[in-house]
Amino acid sequence: MWERRPIIFLLLATAAILVGTIVTMVLPFAWVNTEKDRIEAVAPYDALQLAGRDVYIREGCNNCHTQTVRPLVAEVIRYGPYSKSGEFRYDRPHLWGSRRTGPDLARIGGKYPDSWHYHHLEDPRSMVPGSNMPAYQFLETRTVDPAFTRKKMDVLGFPYTDEEIAALDGKTEMDALVAYLQKLGADIGWREHAQVQVIGELVNPYAPDPDVLSEGARLYADNCAQCHGVALDGDLGPELTGARDIGEAELYRDLWNGIPDGGMPSFSTLGQKKIWKIVTFLMSQEP
Amino acid sequence: MDKPSYNYDIVRGFVNWSILWGVVAVLVGILIAFQMVLPQLNFPPLFTYGRLRPLHTNAGLFGWGLGSFFAAFYYITQRLTRQRVWSDRLARFQLWWFNATIIAAAVTLVLGYNTSKEYHELEWPLDIMVVVLWVIFAVNIVMTVVKRREEQLYVSLWFILGSLVGVAVLYVVNAAEVPVSLFKSYSAYAGTNDANVQWWYGHNAVAMVLTLPPLAVFYYFLPKTTGAPLYSHRLSIVSFWSLVFMYLWTGAHHLLWTPVPDWVQTLAMGFSIMLIAPSWGSVINGYLTMNGQWHQMRTNYLVKFLILGITFYGLQTLQGPSQAVRTFSAFIHYTEWVPGHVHMGTMGWVSMVMFASIYYMLPHLYGRRVYSVPLANLHFWLVLLGQLGYSVSLWIAGVQQATMWHAMNPDGSLHYSFMESVLAMYPYWWVRAFAGVVYLAGVLVFVYNIAMTVRRGEPVAEAV
Repeated sequence: MWERRPIIFLLLATAAILVGTIVTMVLPFAWVNTEKDRIEAVAPYDALQLAGRDVYIREGCNNCHTQTVRPLVAEVIRYGPYSKSGEFRYDRPHLWGSRRTGPDLARIGGKYPDSWHYHHLEDPRSMVPGSNMPAYQFLETRTVDPAFTRKKMDVLGFPYTDEEIAALDGKTEMDALVAYLQKLGADIGWREHAQVQVIGELVNPYAPDPDVLSEGARLYADNCAQCHGVALDGDLGPELTGARDIGEAELYRDLWNGIPDGGMPSFSTLGQKKIWKIVTFLMSQEP
Repeated sequence: MDKPSYNYDIVRGFVNWSILWGVVAVLVGILIAFQMVLPQLNFPPLFTYGRLRPLHTNAGLFGWGLGSFFAAFYYITQRLTRQRVWSDRLARFQLWWFNATIIAAAVTLVLGYNTSKEYHELEWPLDIMVVVLWVIFAVNIVMTVVKRREEQLYVSLWFILGSLVGVAVLYVVNAAEVPVSLFKSYSAYAGTNDANVQWWYGHNAVAMVLTLPPLAVFYYFLPKTTGAPLYSHRLSIVSFWSLVFMYLWTGAHHLLWTPVPDWVQTLAMGFSIMLIAPSWGSVINGYLTMNGQWHQMRTNYLVKFLILGITFYGLQTLQGPSQAVRTFSAFIHYTEWVPGHVHMGTMGWVSMVMFASIYYMLPHLYGRRVYSVPLANLHFWLVLLGQLGYSVSLWIAGVQQATMWHAMNPDGSLHYSFMESVLAMYPYWWVRAFAGVVYLAGVLVFVYNIAMTVRRGEPVAEAV
C-alpha cells in the first residue's frame, strides 16, 4: 500500500498541494494585469521615484505602513478612494503590507507639501506629536547612484531619458524617498475630484465660549501648529495671526478642501464640528 | 532485536544552535517591542524597527523553528525507521550550512538587503543558500526513510515528508526574482499578482513550517511521553490529507478587501473555515490519547507543555478562520490583534511543543537525566505567562484600535484621527514589551537547565 511507499507518498502529497495552488494562485494571472484592469493614467516610476521606492523597501517601511485602501466607509473617508488592481501593475514587488502601526500610504501623494515630508522624515515627532516612527535623518547624507538606478530602470523596462538619469546626480536618498511618496496614489488624480464645492451660506454653529475655544486650541495644536507655529507665527505654512481677516466661511472652505496649490492638506476627515471649532479658535485670535 | 546505532551528534548540534537562534529571536523581539514605545531606541541606519523586525521573524521562524525541527526530525526519523541517518557527513554539512545561512541572513537583513516580502525577505543569493539547505535535508531524510528497517511509516513521518515537498514548492515559486546586483532583485510578479503569490506563500509557510513539523513532533512525543498509544491512526491520516489539500486555498484571506479577484478571496474564506476540521482532528486526537492519562498533567511536566501546546494550536485554528471571514477581517485586519494571534501560534503552540521534545530527547542525547524538574516547571509557567500577557494585551489593543479606526460621527465624519488611535496603543505596547521579558526569563531558565543537564545531570542507568 502507498502508506508504505515513501516516493509514491511524496508524489501524492505534491498533487494534493498543487490543486489549490493552481486554482487560487496560478489562475488569477489570467485576469490580473491584463487589459481588463488597466488604468490608463497609471504610469511607471521615474528614475528618482524608483530610487526612492528602493529606499522604502530597504528601510522596511512596509513593516508599519500598508498601501491598499479597502472599500470600507471609514477607510475611504480617512485615506481616499479604495485601491484598484490596475494601480499596482508597475509594483515589483507589491508593498501592500500587513500592519498599520502607521497610516496607510496608498494615497499619501499630494497630501502634504515636500517640505512637510522632509521635516517629518528628519524628526517625525516635530510634525506628528506622539508618533513612534524612527527618524531617518541619515537619508540626507546618502546620495542616489545614477548608474545603478539606470540599470534598475533597464531591468524593470521603465522608460527614462539620459537627462533624467543625469539629474539624479547629487540627489539624496531623502529626495528620492519624498519623490516616491508624492507619487503614491497621485496618478489617478483623485484629489482634484474629491474637492467639495460648498454651496449656500456657511454659518458657524459655535459661539466663542471657553469650552469651544479650548477644544479649538487643542485641535489647532494637534493638527495645525506643526506648520503654522504654536503661536500662529508661521513656519512651513504662513502665519495665521491675521486669520480673522479671511473670514469664517473662507477659513472653513480652506480647512475642508485644503489649498492644493499652496501645499495645504485637506482636513475634511476631522468632520464639520471639529473644523468649526478650529475656525472659532482662529477667529478669536487678536491680529 | 538488534539496536542500530543512531546519529545523535547531529541532533545535539541542531538542538544547541536552534536554541541560540531562539534566544536571539526573543532578544531582538524585545528590542523592537521597546522601540514601539520608545522610538529613541532606534539606532539608524542599522538598528531601526524596519530592519530589525525581519531579523526577529527570520531568527524565530527559521533559526529557532526550523533548527529545532531539524533536530527533532533527525531524532524521530532515525527512531521510527530504526535506521541510522543515511549520510552522517551530509547531516554535519547541513548543520554548518544552516548556521552559515542564518548568520548571512542576519547580516544582510541588518544591512538593508531585503525583498520586502514577509517571511521571505532574504535576497536572491540567500534564497539559493536556503534551497541548498533544504535539498540536503530532504535527500538525507528521504534516503533514510527509503532504507528504513521498519515497514510502517508512522504518521509523524507523513507530516515530515509532507513539509519537505510543501516548503520546496512554496519557497521556489515565491523566490522568482530578477537580480539587478548581488544584493538587489525585483520580483518576477507585479502588483496584485505579486501580492497573491506572496500570501499563497506566506500563509502556507505557516502550514508547511509552523503546522506540519510541530504536528509531526507532537504525534511522536505525546505517546512517547505518556506511554499511551495514539488514540486513532485513521483520524491522524484523515487530518493529514485534508490539511495538506485545503491549506493551499487559503492564502488570499490575508488579502480580503484588496484588489485580488473577489472569487479568490471567497474561496480563501471558505477553505479557511473548512480547515477547522483537520486542525481539530489533530487536537481531538491528542486529547483522546490522554484518556485515562489526565493525571499526568500534574505529575509529568512534559505532558503540560504538549497539552498546552496542542490547546493553543486548537485556539489558533479557531481564531485564524474567524479572522478569515470578510466581516471580521474588515474590522480586525491591520490591527495589533494580528501579532497577538501570530504569537499564540509561535510562542504558545510551536515553542511549547519543541521545548517538550527537547526535554524528552536530552537523556537520550547526553545519557543524563534532566537536571531539574522544578526548573522545567518554572520554565513552563514563565513562558505561559509571557505568552498570555503578550497575546491578550494585543487582542484587547486590536479591538480598541479597530473600533477607533471605524468610529464615525452622526454627520458622517470620522470620530478619531489616526494619531489618537496610535496614542491609545502605548499602554498595551508597554504590557506586551514586559510580557516579552517574562517569556525571555522562561527561555533563559530552559537554557540553564539544559546546560546543567549536560554538565551535572544524573547519569541514566541504561544507555537508551
